[in-house]
Amino acid sequence: MMNSGIITASYIAASALFIMALGGLAHQESARRGNFYGMLGMAIAVVVTIIGFVENNEVLLVGGIVVGGIVGYILAKRVEMTQMPELVAVLHSLVGLAAVFVGWANALEHDTSLVGIALSIHAVETYLGILIGAMTFSGSIMAYLKLSGKVGGKPLQLPGRHLFNIALGVIAFYFMLQYMDTAATGGVLELSIMTIVALLFGIHMVAAIGGADMPVVVSMLNSYSGWAAAAMGFMLGNDLLIVVGALVGSSGAILSYIMCKAMNRKFLNVIFGGIGQKKSAAGPAGPAGNAEDIRSVESDEAADMLLHAKEVMILPGYGMAVAQAQHTVFEITKKLRDKGINVRFGIHPVAGRMPGHMNVLLAEAKVPYDIVYEMEEINEDFPNVDVSIVIGANDIVNPAAQEVPDSPIAGMPVLEPWNGKQTIVMKRSMGTGYAGVDNPLFYKDNTRMLFGDAKERLDQILKAIS
Amino acid sequence: MRIGVPRENEEGEKRVALTPDVAVKMQKLGFTLAIESGAGADASYSDEEYEKAGVEIVSDPKELWSSSDVILKVRPPKAHPELGFNGIELMKRDQTIISFLYPAMNGEMLQEMAEHGINALAMDSVPRISRAQKMDALSSMANIAGYRAVVEAAQHFGRFFTGQITAAGRIQPAKVLVIGAGVAGLAAIGAAKGMGAIVRAFDTRPEVKEQVESMDAEFLMLDFPDDEDGSGSGGYAKTMSPEFIKAEMDLFAAQAAEVDIIITTALIPGKEAPELITERMVANMKPGSVIVDLAAEAGGNCKLTEANKVVKKHGVTIIGYTNLPSRLAAQSSQLYATNMLNLLTELCPEKNGEIDINMEDEVIRGATVVKQGNITWPPPAPRISLAPKEDVGLKAKAQLEVEEQKPAHPLAFLIPLVVAGAALFGLGAVAPTEFIGHLTVFVLSCFIGYMVIWGVSHSLHTPLMSVTNAISSIIVIGALIQISSDSLVVSTLAALAVFITSINIVGGFAVTQRMLRMFRK
Repeated sequence: MMNSGIITASYIAASALFIMALGGLAHQESARRGNFYGMLGMAIAVVVTIIGFVENNEVLLVGGIVVGGIVGYILAKRVEMTQMPELVAVLHSLVGLAAVFVGWANALEHDTSLVGIALSIHAVETYLGILIGAMTFSGSIMAYLKLSGKVGGKPLQLPGRHLFNIALGVIAFYFMLQYMDTAATGGVLELSIMTIVALLFGIHMVAAIGGADMPVVVSMLNSYSGWAAAAMGFMLGNDLLIVVGALVGSSGAILSYIMCKAMNRKFLNVIFGGIGQKKSAAGPAGPAGNAEDIRSVESDEAADMLLHAKEVMILPGYGMAVAQAQHTVFEITKKLRDKGINVRFGIHPVAGRMPGHMNVLLAEAKVPYDIVYEMEEINEDFPNVDVSIVIGANDIVNPAAQEVPDSPIAGMPVLEPWNGKQTIVMKRSMGTGYAGVDNPLFYKDNTRMLFGDAKERLDQILKAIS
Repeated sequence: MRIGVPRENEEGEKRVALTPDVAVKMQKLGFTLAIESGAGADASYSDEEYEKAGVEIVSDPKELWSSSDVILKVRPPKAHPELGFNGIELMKRDQTIISFLYPAMNGEMLQEMAEHGINALAMDSVPRISRAQKMDALSSMANIAGYRAVVEAAQHFGRFFTGQITAAGRIQPAKVLVIGAGVAGLAAIGAAKGMGAIVRAFDTRPEVKEQVESMDAEFLMLDFPDDEDGSGSGGYAKTMSPEFIKAEMDLFAAQAAEVDIIITTALIPGKEAPELITERMVANMKPGSVIVDLAAEAGGNCKLTEANKVVKKHGVTIIGYTNLPSRLAAQSSQLYATNMLNLLTELCPEKNGEIDINMEDEVIRGATVVKQGNITWPPPAPRISLAPKEDVGLKAKAQLEVEEQKPAHPLAFLIPLVVAGAALFGLGAVAPTEFIGHLTVFVLSCFIGYMVIWGVSHSLHTPLMSVTNAISSIIVIGALIQISSDSLVVSTLAALAVFITSINIVGGFAVTQRMLRMFRK
């Protein structure tokens, strides 16, 4: 046994290390140190807790840690960078599931020392902890299925889905009141019903959200996993869990906020609205121009345009990830930079399927991070850009957001390649993006369309410029 | 359908309507191609190159004319110097010819075409709207003419274009005046600038000032009281008032004495070219100066110009070549053939090798001068877009919507604060102190999280998510506390929780580490 003062002191150290871990991510230079602080904090917390509390069942404990650790390590080594959103969703689901297990275990223990208001508060904490955990678990599984394409990306729009959500909320609330009475002795029934309700709610919530809103969903689930941990902390009276839960919860909430702002949408609108609904109100958006105005080019012409440019801006979207084209993009970048052409990257906050997705892909392809810019940093530079290449992106470069006041994406901040001299748009077809809005950029005088698989086309360009 | 390309038979015409490059692309539209033997020779495209590109070589022009569904040409058909036929008489109903046809000047030819019941599309009648730019052969030829005009001028000019300071003394840069800043004028400005000359330009349309200045040339302004705008339709200038012309002539007279080279490109559609450079002005120019008159075919902008000739008057060389694009035959053939390809793409939307002369299409309607034996020239006036009106409506609507939003009450932000305060107070009154202690930690941690996370670089958002994922598995502590329970169910649940959080902790940190290692300068 360890003296409780030492345990508390260790927890304070772990909390501080976790805060420093997040702080370290402010800059690329300090990020790796930040990650190290995180590991150190986790190691201290786990070791101190094992020494301080574990009295038997050591085999189970060590087995769980070792086997789990190996599984996690393999997952982390094997995952493709394009699949990061899926991996993150899976990891979120595990946090949720762990919260459910810990909550249930705690509820079954029946702490008899609590009476009166303390008992009620404890019951609510347990109840909410399991609720959030279960929601996180099933929501993340659903998000994983959507991200990996095992379930279609279209939002599921059940008739009366708002009523369904409200009904689930009412049921959950009713059984919470019931559980406050029965928690001291039983409460298994109430907890079971609530767990099922929460699982259903999580599935339904994510199923109703479209593919383009996935960055919001992933950050929101990140936030939930934090709140689940915080609720566990309240339940167990453990400040370390509360601190970490609050940190993670607010981190996810801020990410969700940034993503919503980048799409000019309200958070509740993303969660409960579904962009399809908004579109039907505005009427189906017709094509933004005449099909004859589209000028397509071949790869060799595109390569020629690049070779004659001085300033090139590359604007990647989810299509680059799908086509696994990031390595070719870097090869092209290298070739062009060797020829004295200034190549930069412009990243829209919601490009890809999770916050920062494009940055990670480009980093994987060894693109130096100091030529990768955020939207706000480079939008003013477009007039000096000779050629912009849009790779597999649509809504994030759609001028309709600025030009068409009743467009479903009106007001969304977008990259502005049309202010540059020429734009090459690489796309598989003339299909619309996830928002279902046609893109006037494709019809502009200084836009050239390069149709086909991004990887194939970029390989051809690479061949033509080397 | 079979497309045939005869050899041009006009004196001095070196261009050809099809190049091997374009032939490959044209076949992708489903057409089969044939070309008269030696048609590309003057433009340095050999029969072998065409053959390699999949084009059939036909030696008998008569067979080519009569057997092709579509004939592509550069110049309007004209009697063959040796064989004595012009081609049209060999064509049958429903055959199509695409070429420069100049329908305004060639009424008889249109009549002959109509009698044979063929279709004819004139490349020079393609409407000059933005959609049709890729088919605008007049522009692509004018661009070449402008460039070549400078090259011709350099050939006959006895000095450098660019200024230099050398050991043997100072070389003055040449001064070039370009009159008419259309496509040809702008190309001439670019070429002369590129060779280092000082370039000035004049145009009656004030809106081209910006274009001229964007090419680093000086735009000469007329000191003229009324702001007369010379913009006509279709990108050409219109005829100006007598006062305006007098002011203009004074300007040219002053410039003529000063500049070394004058390149004139002033044309008014359907009329003789305006006379801008009088004999007196030529006499006032410095000896050795050069005038290139791109309007020579339409009578010339200079009084002394003789079409197709280079003459020397008052010590000034006056170049009156009428077919400058032909002097850059390989380049102009390539551009012309590409214009042709773009027009055929419009004519053959299905890419099935069949052309459809769709008179509903504004561009095709404009270019078609004869259809199935009926003369359809001139086309109706171009449609005017209604788009701006709709736009105003939308904007007005947007404005209305904005006005409907009520401004928030200045003290509205206090409401949530008051509610939160009241809730805290109520909780404090009933909850045990231990709970309030935890709540304090929770609230402060939320604020710390809020402050710290805003500092995180956008590009690190994915690592941020994986690292927060790993640390939110701190739930493992809850499981560790419970794992020693006597209840089998509880300890099993706890062990499961330990297992999955371990996946998460190791996986989360490891993948973060992997990602961060990739970020490099």
